[in-house]
Amino acid sequence: MAEQKVAAYICQGCGLGDRLDTADLAKIAQKEGKVAFAKEHEFLCNADGVQLIKNDIAEGVTHVVIGACSRRAKTEAFSFPGVHVSRANLREGVIWVRPDSDEHRETTQEMAADYIRMSCAEAKRVNIPAGNPNHGGNKRILVVGGGMSGMTSALEASRAGYQVVLVEKSGELGGWANKLYKRIPFNEPFNGPQDTGVAEMAAAVQADGNITVYTNAVVSKTGGAPGRFAVEINHNGTPVAEEVGAIVQATGFTTYDTAKLPELGGGKSPNVVDQAGLEALMKAANGGAIKRPSDGGEVKNVVFVQCAGQRDDTGTHLPYCSGFCCATSVKQAMYFKDANPDVDTTVLYTDLRMPGNNEDFYRSAQNKGVTFSKGKVKSVEANGNQCKVAFHDLILNDENAAIADADLVVLATGQVPNAGTDIDAWTQAETESNNGQNAEAAQRAQELKVVSVLNLTYRQGPDVPQLKHGFADSHFICFPYETRRTGIYMAGPVRRPMDIAQATEDATGAAMKAIQAVENAAVGRAAHPRSGDLSFPSVRKEGCTQCKRCTVECPFGAIDEDEQRYPLFNEERCRRCGTCMGACPVRVISFENYSIDTVGSQIKSVDMPDEFDEKPRILILACENDAYPALDMAGMNRIEYNPFVRVVPVRCLGSVNLIFITDALNSGYDGVMLMGCKHGDDYQCHFVKGSEIANYRLSKVDDTLKSLNLETERVATYEVAITDIERVPKLINEYAAKIEEIGMNPFKGF
Amino acid sequence: MSEMKYHNNFLREVEERVEEGHMVKMCMQCGVCSGSCPFGPHWAHPPQELFMMIRAGKREEVLSSDSMWMCTSCYQCIVRCPRKLPITHIMHGLAYLAKREGKVPKGQPTAQFGQMFWDNLTKTGRVNELKLSLSLYFKDGFGQGIKNAMAMQSVGLGLMKAGRLNPLEILGGHSIKDKSGFQAMLKKAREIEDTRRKLA
Repeated sequence: MAEQKVAAYICQGCGLGDRLDTADLAKIAQKEGKVAFAKEHEFLCNADGVQLIKNDIAEGVTHVVIGACSRRAKTEAFSFPGVHVSRANLREGVIWVRPDSDEHRETTQEMAADYIRMSCAEAKRVNIPAGNPNHGGNKRILVVGGGMSGMTSALEASRAGYQVVLVEKSGELGGWANKLYKRIPFNEPFNGPQDTGVAEMAAAVQADGNITVYTNAVVSKTGGAPGRFAVEINHNGTPVAEEVGAIVQATGFTTYDTAKLPELGGGKSPNVVDQAGLEALMKAANGGAIKRPSDGGEVKNVVFVQCAGQRDDTGTHLPYCSGFCCATSVKQAMYFKDANPDVDTTVLYTDLRMPGNNEDFYRSAQNKGVTFSKGKVKSVEANGNQCKVAFHDLILNDENAAIADADLVVLATGQVPNAGTDIDAWTQAETESNNGQNAEAAQRAQELKVVSVLNLTYRQGPDVPQLKHGFADSHFICFPYETRRTGIYMAGPVRRPMDIAQATEDATGAAMKAIQAVENAAVGRAAHPRSGDLSFPSVRKEGCTQCKRCTVECPFGAIDEDEQRYPLFNEERCRRCGTCMGACPVRVISFENYSIDTVGSQIKSVDMPDEFDEKPRILILACENDAYPALDMAGMNRIEYNPFVRVVPVRCLGSVNLIFITDALNSGYDGVMLMGCKHGDDYQCHFVKGSEIANYRLSKVDDTLKSLNLETERVATYEVAITDIERVPKLINEYAAKIEEIGMNPFKGF
Repeated sequence: MSEMKYHNNFLREVEERVEEGHMVKMCMQCGVCSGSCPFGPHWAHPPQELFMMIRAGKREEVLSSDSMWMCTSCYQCIVRCPRKLPITHIMHGLAYLAKREGKVPKGQPTAQFGQMFWDNLTKTGRVNELKLSLSLYFKDGFGQGIKNAMAMQSVGLGLMKAGRLNPLEILGGHSIKDKSGFQAMLKKAREIEDTRRKLA
């Protein structure tokens, strides 16, 4: 690479010229920031200003410092490929959060000057990333599971021009849909059950030249990373090796076992079936009248019990709602009504959930005479060839309501995901087994491993991590289909409970994510959420102590261990959050443009007033995904905050190394505020576990502070959401008041 | 007809025999009708509940209830029902079925007044307001009738002075031109309705 040449540009637009002494800022950039030259411009983001920078780049400038608006603004104007850009946030971060008056002019100018110093310091330590050179380039997509979701993913990927390998465990394609008589309507006028279309879809998959289908096959081993997954398929006992670029897992669900519901007659009578059982009866009847299973008698009265073994708050059964079963019961009641309107069909529900167009379907069922009664079912008892369904009628408030002569009872049980190994339980069992010394734990680990779907050779376990209730996903609202294993995407009921319509939509989304992953991997870039990021982590092996913290903490299982037990980075699996960099106690992990040095130098470049100036300095390490935009928006809303804070954006709070904090306190900062995302079950962290890990690490910072003889309040951690626009300035001001109360950092000036 | 709890027998009967009864099955139990009814708190079973009882096969309880007799035809429920059920009409339909089945609670005032109004109207083809008010005053016995009449004395005198009440109507009152034709028409209409609704 050419020699590093840093230039600074100070904008005078948007009121910056009026509020700040830009000539002074330019001088600081040159003298303290040691840039090659600094220029002022009255309107830097206009064509003239941008051209000015472009001309300088043509003359050899490699690193640009822009003192203007936030890094989140004017990103298109200030985008110069192959050149590093550091943005000093003088607008949202300084003049918009400070009052425009003479008495505040000095502190405002100091704020701006520090941001210029920080940007110059950062720019000089940044190398321009060139992308991961050791990337794979395979763009084939493996789809695991040949049901409606899997087949849809395969077809969609094929239509987009990608080769697909489809692996199906059973002998034929179709999955659950094969077992259905009809499906819930999915197009106008949504008034009756529709054909599944599964046979046509399976035929389309078989006929597709882009799709290689393996039936009677399972994935026995998966290694590698996006763009270069090496997959071993056990096809009818014969091992087949395939190389793929990304994986869509559409392994679906199994039904909740009715034998676990004896109080609802599960397993007690052949006349009590689950919804899958009813589909089987209907398939056997093939459009004719369903006969009573116990004696082949006529069915005159059918009762549907909703939420059977679901939405259970006692901890015995499934705690969640599976979402599809209300509409399925409607569909199944219609099977009877369409064949013979004289059959009584009663749906006993506590809450009827009819999302989307299912509302029309529900209305159609009422019109056909399906009765819906709001009631909580207490018991189902077999009595000869009939069943007695006892329930609490919630509309008539009748505790002892009962349907005494049901010929058939259908239990609407939920979906249990086929997500493979619970890797958290597996990791625990593995740890407890202590290399086979504890036989019970070793046995448990083995049992957990046997059900694995992907059999990943990853250090962190053989399958993708599960989120809630055993479903595999990362975040079903913000990052659907994504998992904590880059390049592996979930589609359909393995991700959350759903019906066919939602599953096929899901499958399309997951296929698109897989394509995004292979395309980015093929050019050595990050897949998501930092899509297109060319930086990647590297480790300086000489300094590594093999402590394994990075390999354990990486939220994405990107780091394995090599034969000598050094961390082995799989860059394509990496999301570039920097959690490894934050974890490393010897600080040997870094990115070209984001390292201990780029952040540390910003912290240390701030001009530190001495103890008697009564100008404290508070460092804010803010997550760039949520907290930093919240601070920017506070600026846009002109909400003032304390002038003594200096904000350094970080990729994720997980990337905050404890050295940043000790460095800050040693160099005289009076307090450090850490702003990260919400963690826990309903987390908002873009890197899933980053903020959680950071919080865990920081929970131990108190000891460090005590050993330095400092007050524990000098480091404070906050959960900040992107919407906390008014809360963030308040937090800052409260914290500043507290620092004033406890006094200045005694390390100042040393 | 024997009562079959949580079967559709009574629902089917209502569909057949009650005006707009075929709409009962479309109720989705949201309760907006019950919440909108100005008399709601005074009903033993507001409309939502009546519909549920019909579906639950509680024939005896529904027909002998006085709830549907409480409806004042304000039409608030019809206006608000998200499923567009003609609730007011169904209430009147249920009341009529109850009457035909002899299930009306004894002394139900709305039912009593309805009968008086009908008898008064069908006799001459015109409503005789003087006779109607008097039969209403005296429905609970002579003594009570005198009391009622005395209490309403000033209203009656006022109406007479204004020419809105003719005391001579007591002698029989005026009628329409073709009284027997009118009565034949009513009889035929009832025959048609009874056949259609299987009420005969």
